[in-house]
Amino acid sequence: MVPSVAVLLLWMIVPLVMTVWFSFQRYNLLDPSVGGFAGFDNYAYLVTDPDFWVSLRNTMVLLASVLVITVGLGTLLAVLFDQDFPGRGIARVLAISPFFVMPTVAALIWKNLMMHPIYGVFGAIAHGFGFEPIDWFAEYPMASVILIVSWEWLPFALLILLTAVQSLDHEQREAARMDSAGVVAQFFFITLPHLSRAISVVIMIETIFLLTVFAEIFVTTSGGPGNATTNLAFLIYARALLQFDVGGASAGGVVAILLANVVAFFLVRSIARRLEV
Amino acid sequence: MATLTLRGLRKSYGAVEAIKGIDLDVEDREFVVFVGPSGCGKSTLLRMIAGLEAITAGDLTIDGKRVNDVGPADRGLAMVFQSYALYPHMTVRQNMGFALRLARVPRAERDRKVEAAAAILQLGPYLDRTPKELSGGQRQRVAIGRSIVRNPKVFLFDEPLSNLDAALRGQMRIELARLHEELQATMIYVTHDQVEAMTMADKIVVLQAGRVEQVGTPLQLYHHPANLFVGGFIGSPRMNMLPGRIASSDAAGVTVELASGVRLKVPVEPGAAQPGDAVTLGIRPEALMARTDGELAGEVQLVERLGGLTLLHVGHGADLPLIVQTDGADASRARTPIRLAVDAAACHLFAANGITLPHLVTHRLVA
Ligand SMILES: Nc1ncnc2c1ncn2[C@@H]1O[C@H](COP(=O)(O)OP(=O)(O)O)[C@@H](O)[C@H]1O
Ligand SMILES: [Mg+2]
Repeated sequence: MVPSVAVLLLWMIVPLVMTVWFSFQRYNLLDPSVGGFAGFDNYAYLVTDPDFWVSLRNTMVLLASVLVITVGLGTLLAVLFDQDFPGRGIARVLAISPFFVMPTVAALIWKNLMMHPIYGVFGAIAHGFGFEPIDWFAEYPMASVILIVSWEWLPFALLILLTAVQSLDHEQREAARMDSAGVVAQFFFITLPHLSRAISVVIMIETIFLLTVFAEIFVTTSGGPGNATTNLAFLIYARALLQFDVGGASAGGVVAILLANVVAFFLVRSIARRLEV
Repeated sequence: MATLTLRGLRKSYGAVEAIKGIDLDVEDREFVVFVGPSGCGKSTLLRMIAGLEAITAGDLTIDGKRVNDVGPADRGLAMVFQSYALYPHMTVRQNMGFALRLARVPRAERDRKVEAAAAILQLGPYLDRTPKELSGGQRQRVAIGRSIVRNPKVFLFDEPLSNLDAALRGQMRIELARLHEELQATMIYVTHDQVEAMTMADKIVVLQAGRVEQVGTPLQLYHHPANLFVGGFIGSPRMNMLPGRIASSDAAGVTVELASGVRLKVPVEPGAAQPGDAVTLGIRPEALMARTDGELAGEVQLVERLGGLTLLHVGHGADLPLIVQTDGADASRARTPIRLAVDAAACHLFAANGITLPHLVTHRLVA
């Protein structure tokens, strides 16, 4: 027991402590001459940097949008795929398959094959109807990133929610029909409450991953144009490996850890309450 | 007022026909029980009446109005499901008031109706609990309460007691009978348990493989089964079935010769049956008596003592043992020889095609 706990502690504590340590250091990879204790300078620099607040906002916008899209669309699709229709099996496989595409590849596919104004499918369609193609990543950069990330996460939401929909006792729905509940009333009074637990799980898991979206941004917009798509993860990367400012990046990292913990705390608490019921 | 008529009702699932043409009349305030072995189509038939399952062919009318194409909500029926199908995230009060809420009944009136139903079912103290916080019997009552609140023309029950333990089942049986009395409602009740059917029904419908085998009062079915299937299905312990041949027949009945050579004269009409025809002799366990001058000889194989009653399993050659119902004080022991007397008047004869040869005298309890 003791050794395993010790190993686990080291495993978790060492990187954390080092990050916290570096966040109080003057440490630039390009300039070995600066060094020593920085106090809260790195943090002060961070919170006074307008980029930081933008990245925080971008992180939350990305998180919230993708959650709304994947949970909303996932719930609708789950209910739809629960119905019997010809070709349901194939439709399910198609809907689930994006989950197996790795983020970098997904982003590249969307960037070059779908949304590229010249080579992309959307552009071709726009041409077909005689419209000017849209340069998605230049004109709607955040929306484009949200689209890609949602595309990646929708299958996950769908998979969990579909399983949950299928576990709904069909006699409950029939009882509701006898109680003269129409399709809409059945959805809101029977299906949705039944799904609440699965929705909480989807939200919790997606949140953990969506706070750290990186590859999709790196491959498509590199945080731009300007800082339009720079989220916290990308900001830390930019500080550390584009500006070589390890101290500043570490301060960002500590903020990211705090943010993740605050979000996780509220999520876990609200979900734990839901699981009790 | 609520009467139902079923005319040539059929249901197919693709090539499989689950319900093969059913005609039935349900009178106002009648307690009708559909009984039959598992998979015979009881639930399907009930669900067709409820409107949850489309009717492939035939006509269903409620109070003289054809309702084949009327949705389940508009037929004025309420159904109690086997799994109870309570809404788990709603309280008992919300469960029972759900239909009224959807119908936009004002809250005060809704509460009044829910509380009235809760009073009938002794659910008052549980109104603010969720189904998870209730016992099986209480959930059952909530499910019934949910139907009562809607004040339906007809109550439909699909094996409502099958998830309860034996003691509770007995208690709920009595409660349902009381409820039927109190609500003066028409009820259709599905069960595979012939004890439930016998004790609660005004009219039993015996189903097998999607067809009606017989319709009648419990005692009609018990004393005058229409065929071999009903004879074997109704009654517990089961009727003993012995193969035999018709030896002769006259105005006083038909003499049957069993495989063992024993002859019995059963007071039934021979109809088209000829001497020499193969028949099945059905003897209820209580129509066999241990007597030293009895016609049948055998050996006691097993003694089941229920206290007030004793069941003897008597071996008599090749077939299944005969079940004999005797007094609790009967002293028979296993592996001892025994002679059994047969009350021939209470026996049944079934022709080779399974149809009963009708009794000359109707049982005095059967109108
Ligand atoms: N949805 C369905 N699809 C195909 N066959 C069905 C369906 N529902 C019931 N059946 C068939 O219809 C028959 C009657 O079923 P059911 O009414 O549930 O029997 P019971 O309630 O008497 O046990 C069974 O043989 C069953 O396999
Ligand atoms: Mg059934």
